[in-house]
Amino acid sequence: MGTLMAIRSVLHFRDVGLGDVATVGGKGASLGELLRAGIRVPTGFAVTTAAFRQTVEHLTVDGESIPARVAALDPADAEGLAAATAGIRAVLESAPPPGEVIEAVTAAYAALCEECGDPALPVAVRSSATSEDSAEASFAGLQDTYLWVRGADSVLQHVRRCWASLYSVESVTYRLRRGIPETDLGMAVVVQRMVGARSSGVLFTRSPRSGDKSVVAIDASWGLGSAVVSGDVTPDSFVVSKVTGKMKRTVATKTRWHRPDPSGSGVVETDVPAELQDRPAISDDEIAELVAVARRVEGHYGCPQDIEWAVNDAGEVFLLQSRPETVWAEKDRAAKAAPAARPFDHVFNLLGGKRPSEG
Amino acid sequence: MPERSFPLPSQIEAVPGAEGWEAMYPYFTRFQPEDDQRFWFYNSMHFPEVIPAFDGLTSEIPYTAIGANTARLFSFPTTMGIEYRIVNGRVYITANPVLDEAEQGRRFAAFQERAGHYYGNWDRIYGEWQQRIEALIADIEAVEVPELGELDPLEVVTGGRGIASNHYLRENFHRCIDLYSKMWHHHTELLMLGYGAYVVFFEFCKQAFPEMGDQMVARMVAGMDVTMYRPDDELKKLAALAVELDLGDLFVEGAEPAKVLAALGERGDAGARWLAALEAAKDPWFNVSVGDGFYHHHLSWADDLTVPFAALPRYVEQIAAGEDLTRPTERLAEERDRIAGQYRALLDAEEEKAAFDQMLGLCRQVFPYIESHKFYCEHWFTTRFFQKIRAFGALLAERGVLLTADDVFHLRHVEVEDALADVQLAWASGGTELGARHWQPIVAERKRIVEALSGWSPPPALGAVPEALNDPAVKMLWGITQETIETWLGGDDDDESTVRGYAASPGVVEGVARVLLNVNDIGQIREGEVLVCPVTAPSWGPVFGKIAAAVSDIGGTMSHAAIVAREYGMPAVVGTGMATARIRTGDRVRVDGDRGVVTVLS
Repeated sequence: MGTLMAIRSVLHFRDVGLGDVATVGGKGASLGELLRAGIRVPTGFAVTTAAFRQTVEHLTVDGESIPARVAALDPADAEGLAAATAGIRAVLESAPPPGEVIEAVTAAYAALCEECGDPALPVAVRSSATSEDSAEASFAGLQDTYLWVRGADSVLQHVRRCWASLYSVESVTYRLRRGIPETDLGMAVVVQRMVGARSSGVLFTRSPRSGDKSVVAIDASWGLGSAVVSGDVTPDSFVVSKVTGKMKRTVATKTRWHRPDPSGSGVVETDVPAELQDRPAISDDEIAELVAVARRVEGHYGCPQDIEWAVNDAGEVFLLQSRPETVWAEKDRAAKAAPAARPFDHVFNLLGGKRPSEG
Repeated sequence: MPERSFPLPSQIEAVPGAEGWEAMYPYFTRFQPEDDQRFWFYNSMHFPEVIPAFDGLTSEIPYTAIGANTARLFSFPTTMGIEYRIVNGRVYITANPVLDEAEQGRRFAAFQERAGHYYGNWDRIYGEWQQRIEALIADIEAVEVPELGELDPLEVVTGGRGIASNHYLRENFHRCIDLYSKMWHHHTELLMLGYGAYVVFFEFCKQAFPEMGDQMVARMVAGMDVTMYRPDDELKKLAALAVELDLGDLFVEGAEPAKVLAALGERGDAGARWLAALEAAKDPWFNVSVGDGFYHHHLSWADDLTVPFAALPRYVEQIAAGEDLTRPTERLAEERDRIAGQYRALLDAEEEKAAFDQMLGLCRQVFPYIESHKFYCEHWFTTRFFQKIRAFGALLAERGVLLTADDVFHLRHVEVEDALADVQLAWASGGTELGARHWQPIVAERKRIVEALSGWSPPPALGAVPEALNDPAVKMLWGITQETIETWLGGDDDDESTVRGYAASPGVVEGVARVLLNVNDIGQIREGEVLVCPVTAPSWGPVFGKIAAAVSDIGGTMSHAAIVAREYGMPAVVGTGMATARIRTGDRVRVDGDRGVVTVLS
């Protein structure tokens, strides 16, 4: 869109909402929206699509603009693609972005450190795609997440890594085959305070197994959520009825957990202490709070949500992100039932057997 | 999947000491060679015990009525009626499906017209039904057992009747049988259509909310109809009156009803008032069988006060302690509407909500009948019916044909007519009945046979494993589904300590099991125990105030135990097929009413 207004390189979560997907991507917009809805999410800011575009326009590869270079590639030439995209990624990750982008990110990180009272605040850096196209978003790279990042330089470095992921072989091939113009390309990056997660996991406001909307399904494990998302651990499962509050609980043996690297940056994966392995990763009170928060989010958006959450050592529940559920939403398009002329016509429909007239 | 089969009917072993049992039942109840190819299951829900010869009527007549209803009256598209067989004194049934699609189509056209008429006029027809069934009860009460005196009363002559009293032996006896048959036709009249409406809503809910427990569906439609709970409510009222009149001290655990009544008689005005209240409550509310109305020896509260009087001491104690025993109908109704409202809100499209409203509305319309018909039919009418037959038995005993009145129940009803003809003739000729010599050895022999057969363990099913059970009525009423059959086949890896059945009422509790095979033993139940029994009926009502959970061999989501457990908010697992065999009194068990699993812990 051709707005003349200069878009800022960085926006705090509190200043964005669902309408800002084009600027801060899906994740950034959703976090802002949650914050506006009064949901506890870890604070942070988004590096906007404007910052990405400015950077892409600012940089060149062998004296050629990046969009032009991509447009000239042949999707059938695998070797040529691999070499060219590697070059683009190398430039994006090593050449400095425009000065105002660097300044904006550095200042935003400093403000965040001040807000949280930690001069070297650990943050998560995640790519936040603007595309509604889930097929594209599912490519490696658009879901990049770097945890436990500290310091402005490191934050900036990881932001550039997220950008570079848009130029992976798969991502570029996909755009070329679809004829998606490079000028439409945009990506935001979310920088968010790390929650010292005692436990974390995912939550669905409908059953991922059956699509049932009358339940909330929670997967929970010890430590950081990356262990659950990556499948390194079999999580506990709690399925709670929204109507009756009744719960089906399956406590798993959780052998591995992800935790912040004691060196101060990144994540390490280790064995869960024996005494914790068979204990539920969250208490019934925490489950109840998660369910309540999730239902508020679902109510706010008006559709079922996939949520990532964490509980810190103080037992405070945070939502790290929430996005509309898509798998069952697709299947829902066909309505399950419609009213009949008379209530008892439903009996005829069920008990009618197979009649030749039905083909 | 490997070929699996239940025992074949032709392979069923003879029970030693029960030779000749076949003569106790009609020829058309015997297994035929070709029956080996069909699937049969033991209807232990209605017939948990060996059937005495006369009581064979309680399978013959219901199945003639149910089948006529589904096959010939309403023309259910996919099912005819139910066939039954008796082997070793137990009833096995199978449903006859309609498989030909053209035939289904023809039947469906008729079904729409006929069922449509009933659904479209349901409230009016149900109102008329209640009048009809009460008229039928009045009819059975009015049947006279003739007195055969030295001479017939003078009025027979002066009134110009022209027919001697011996004629009315067979006419009036036969009238009892005819009325019983009519009662069963009325019993079935609305039942299958009612289940049809329920199954529609059930299937919709299971599709929209796959994680929803079966019992939640029932909770959304459960009526606040009091008929089923009324006998128990009457007892609570009597307990309250005892407290009010300061008679509570007479109601102690284990006291003989006769002694309690005598003691009440000595308590002046207060005692008299209580006894009058008892008499008022009895008719009709004590006409509840301690079983389900299928056996002559399952006496009613009215016939034997043991069961109600076993429940009174505890009620008296609770009321004296200030507890409120009235059913929280308002809270239940609110809860019911809240649950339904919340599930409705979870549906996406307005269309779906409109369909939900229709199905739920229809379900709630038919449900009062489903919940209350049993009291009128299996309990009130049937109690009166058996009392009349017993009176004819008393006449036969008086005439020396039988030794005791209850011996009449060891004759088939056609044999009773023979015995009555013997009396008619002997009274007319001035001779002597020859029945003593003929019938008494037969009765003695049959008592021995019943005894011998009672030790036999009937397999839960016989014959070929069915493709699929598609009869909604069978599924609903007996709790038999593909899963149940798998369980019976031992298709899962459960060990001996696990019993699976229907998740009939939600919740999980642990407690000590009390296995009761007979309602007459309900006095043994202690506070907080887990009841394990073959099947419950309204007369079991008083135990539900004491127990922590209920487990039964028989039943589905609509069985008595399921409905009452939901009402009391306690876990229940029904239709386990084997709980009473696997669990012992004193075992510590966990009852998981959410998943339908009972585990023996120690």
